[in-house]
This record gives sequence, structure tokens and C-alpha cells, in this order.
Amino acid sequence: MKDTKALIEVATQVRRDIIRMVTQAASGHPGGSMSSADILTALYFNVMEHDPKTWTREGKGQDMFFLSAGHISPVYYSVLARSGYFPVPELATFRKFGSRLQGHPSVRKGLPGVHEPAGSLGQGLSVAIGAALAKRMEKDPHTVYCLTGDGECEEGQIWEAAMFAAQHKVDNLVAMTDWNGQQIDGRVEDVMGLGDLQGKWEKFGWSVIVADGHDMEAVLEAFAEAKRRQGAGKPIIILFRTDMGHGVDFMAGTCQWHGKAPSKDQCEEAMKQLKETTLGDF
Amino acid sequence: MRYTNTGNKDTRSGFGAGLAEAGNRNPNVVALCADLIGSVKMDAFAKEHPDRFFQCGIAEANMIGVGAGLALSGKVPFVGSFANFVTARVLDQIRQAVAYGQTNVKICASHAGITLGEDGATHQTMEDLGLMRMMPDMVVINPCDYNQTKAATIAAAEYNGPVYLRFGRPSVPNFTPEDQVFEIGKAWVVEPGTDVTIFATGHLVWEALQAVDQLKELGISAELINIHTIKPLDEAAVLASVAKTGAAVCAEEHLIAGGMGELVSGLLARNQPAPVEFVSVDDKFGQSGKPAELMAAYGLDAAHIVEAAQKAVSRKR
Repeated sequence: MKDTKALIEVATQVRRDIIRMVTQAASGHPGGSMSSADILTALYFNVMEHDPKTWTREGKGQDMFFLSAGHISPVYYSVLARSGYFPVPELATFRKFGSRLQGHPSVRKGLPGVHEPAGSLGQGLSVAIGAALAKRMEKDPHTVYCLTGDGECEEGQIWEAAMFAAQHKVDNLVAMTDWNGQQIDGRVEDVMGLGDLQGKWEKFGWSVIVADGHDMEAVLEAFAEAKRRQGAGKPIIILFRTDMGHGVDFMAGTCQWHGKAPSKDQCEEAMKQLKETTLGDF
Repeated sequence: MRYTNTGNKDTRSGFGAGLAEAGNRNPNVVALCADLIGSVKMDAFAKEHPDRFFQCGIAEANMIGVGAGLALSGKVPFVGSFANFVTARVLDQIRQAVAYGQTNVKICASHAGITLGEDGATHQTMEDLGLMRMMPDMVVINPCDYNQTKAATIAAAEYNGPVYLRFGRPSVPNFTPEDQVFEIGKAWVVEPGTDVTIFATGHLVWEALQAVDQLKELGISAELINIHTIKPLDEAAVLASVAKTGAAVCAEEHLIAGGMGELVSGLLARNQPAPVEFVSVDDKFGQSGKPAELMAAYGLDAAHIVEAAQKAVSRKR
């Protein structure tokens, strides 16, 4: 378990990985990956009880994580590699032919750490609920985590899942939303506004936590609060306020970098802003 | 005829009985339903195993996802609704979370085909077999009567992987052995014959049995093969039979597009071309009516099978 300072360093390295992976692949989704980097770093390096050595797809005896917004695979792969699920140099194969690091996560290539494919949006929360039900039936006290995007909450299935989890009191589940306010075609509020997102989840019967997704102390405290609220008969969601593209000034706060790769020059510029870490690049 | 009707029963009740038995045999079997417990016949399981049954409400997309999550965690989920609502309505969920995800989910489709009857075209899916067999790695099963559906349900529970299990609403003759062991992917020769092979699946198998008798009177010896597993197709059985008879009829309660007939004729075209006639529906939606009325009106009964068999035989060189 890493402290805040160490986590910030990991998150910086994860952002370097994201930019370099997407640049080398000349495709991919850096924007949401960057906005989720602090959340997933905290989750994998501090919050979750997990062990890459004994990890199985079934997830028995460990916390489980489901990425619902499959397009932010760069941040997912970086965090998995950096926490020991597969060799860090393999990040260089991202999106290449024959790679285990498919454009969107797959379970057909034998990549450790991935429980279920994702890419077609709105589905991961339902799958995570199923995994949480299985844990409850098995009396496995571990937690199931699931990350969705905010644009993804325009999918109707998210709200089907929201109703189901409340109805069945799935209280060993912590959902998270990367609330960066951006999607491919523009700002979420302009494309298909979510309105009072916090109020919506509350009215759907969930226990809602709102936190700054780029303040590592606040991220950790949100997860600690989620832990305290577990087992009380309500599913939990943390709405993390974030900026798309966070960490590189010319990428931040815009939808321009949702699914666009930086040029080599832009990558170099980004590397200047994301200082090298002791962890080293892949 | 070697097989006689031991009394009409609905195939969905065969599913219900099979699910209850699978649930008793394996504590990992769980069931999910979208507000149709009684119609899909999940009531016995839900009553006996309330802790392993999940009411999902009218929200099929979420049901498929929850099923996938339970499956990847080691459970054996049976998710059930009307055939249209667990196929076309949730095709992308099945594609990603079940087929691509290789999760051990059993998709249980009741009220399939035109014999759903009075509810009409919105509920009468005749596209489902095609949609499901296009999914890589999906096993597709369409049993023909109560006993076979019960056995198929038990077999689906024992098989590790995604399965589409299709059954129907009306009471139909129950004629296959009560103690049968269902072997996925193994076609069943119901009646041997020499002049034409009738490949039949689902409710059309009983109709085909009647057709075999009628054809005998017309001097045509028809072989009847029950293709209860559409995918994987028992290719060896198909090829061996047509090598002997030289002509085929494919009978199913489905559109021609995507149906078993296309599979069989494609296989024959690639290996040993022979005349094939279809007893299925050509590019049409259904409508309200009684099951038997609709089967006759859409050309899905014994009379149409006889006609198709005669035509297939006449086309032989």
C-alpha cells in the first residue's frame, strides 16, 4: 500500500504511459484515461485487496475491478502492468496485431487482470453487479468496483442496473464515475445533459459520494468513506469530479482528446509536463 | 410409427422441469427472469431456490449483464424471457458480455416462433436462431417436445459455455423418450429412410413425423433427422444421410434467412450438392391467430413438408 506522495508519482508515470502508448499506437483514447488516472492508481495501489499472483478471472477471495468504459484501456493497462499483472514492456504492444492489449479490453487473449470485455458502453455495471451477487452468495467479504464514464450514463442500461442494485440491496459494490463532463461530440451538458447526476443516483436509491478525482488525499478519503458505507443495504457510487486530459495543459478540459493520438512533437511536449519518475518508462 | 404422442405438453414446461432438476443437481445453478416467471416456467426453481433466483424486472439488457457477472464468478446462470426479448432486444449485450466474453450464460427463450399465437408479430420472433448462431462460440439448441426440452436444459447446465436454448408456448405432442440423454451437437435419426432426408427442428419434428407416414403411402421413403442442436451442426450426420437419399427438406419455425435450412444447404453446397427444399418462412412477419392456424397459413405443417419432399425427390437427377 503506497502513501499519497508515492501514489502521485505512480499516477504521473501512468499518465506518461498513456501518452506514450497512444502516440506509439497512433490511436486510442487518452482524454478519459488521463482523467481516470488518479482514481485507478489509488484503487490498484492503495484501496483494493488484490494479488496479481493469485488473480483469477473468477475473482474469488479478492476485490474485483470492472472497467465499463472500455475505451480508456490505456490507463487500465498501465495500472495493471505497474501493479504486476503483466510485464511493463508489454505496454509497447498496445493496439498492435497479436497483442494481448486489444484496443478495448478482451478476455480472449489471456491478459491477466481483465475479468470481462468492455467497449460497447453501459454494460460493465450490470456485470459488476452479477459479480457482487456471486460474492454475496459465496459469503466472500470482498468488494466489487466498477468505473463508468459520465457520457456512458446516457446509456439506458446504466439505469436498469441502478434500479436492480438498489432493489437487491447490492451493498458490496462501489461504482465510480469519471465525471469529466466531456464526450466525443462535445460537453456532456450540450450533447445529452445528465442534469442533477448526484440527485439522480440518490433518487435511484444509491449512497452517493462526490469527490475531487485529481486530489489524491480526497480520492483516498472517498474510497475510505465508501468502505465505511458498505454493508448498509445500499449500493454505493463515487462521483469523481475530473478534467478530461488532466495532466497536460493542451489536452485538459476539452473533448478534443477523447479519441485522438498526440503527434510525436505533442508527445514530447507532454513528457516535459509529466516529469520522469523513478519507475521509468516502458 | 415408432413414436407416439404420450399427451400434449408445452416445451416451456419441459424447460421448467429441467431447470428445477439442474438446480437440485448443481448448487451453482442460478436463474434470472424479467417479469415473466410463470410464462417462462421458472416458478418451480424460484420457489425451491429463492436465494438463487433473481427477479430483474422489465430490464433485459441489465439481466444479460448480471448473468454474465454471475457466470464469470463461477455460477451457472439461466436467464429467461420471451425469445424476442432475450435475443434481438439484447443482441449487443449477448455479443459482448456473453459470446465475446465467453461467459457460461444460458439464454432461455420461451414463446419462440409463430406458435406464440395471439400476441402477434411483435412477440413472434422467427429471426432468433439466425441471430444467435452468428455469435462465435454460441451453442444453439431448439428441442422438439417436453421431454427433449427437459433433457436439453439439463445438458445445457452441464455444458461449460454460452448456450441459446429455444422453446415454445403451445401444448404440442410429447413423443420422445422420457429417459433420454441429450447430447449437444448430436443429430438424432428419428426414422430411417432412403429417398429423401427431412431435417426438422423444434415444433416441426412432430409435423415431420406425420409427413413421413403420409409420404410412405405415396411410395416415398423419407428419413427424418431431428436437428435439435443447430450449432454446432452435426455435419457428419447431415452428409451421411444425404449421401444416401440424395435430397433434403429442412423444416423449422423460423425465417429462411439465418435458419437451420441455410446451414444444411450451405454444408451440402460445399461438399455434396443435392436438391434442398425449405419448409420455413420467407421474409415475413407473423400475425395474430391460433398456433395451428398460423402454422398452416405460413406453410409450417405436415402437408407442406410432404409437398416439399415430393418436390425435392422430383429434382433429383
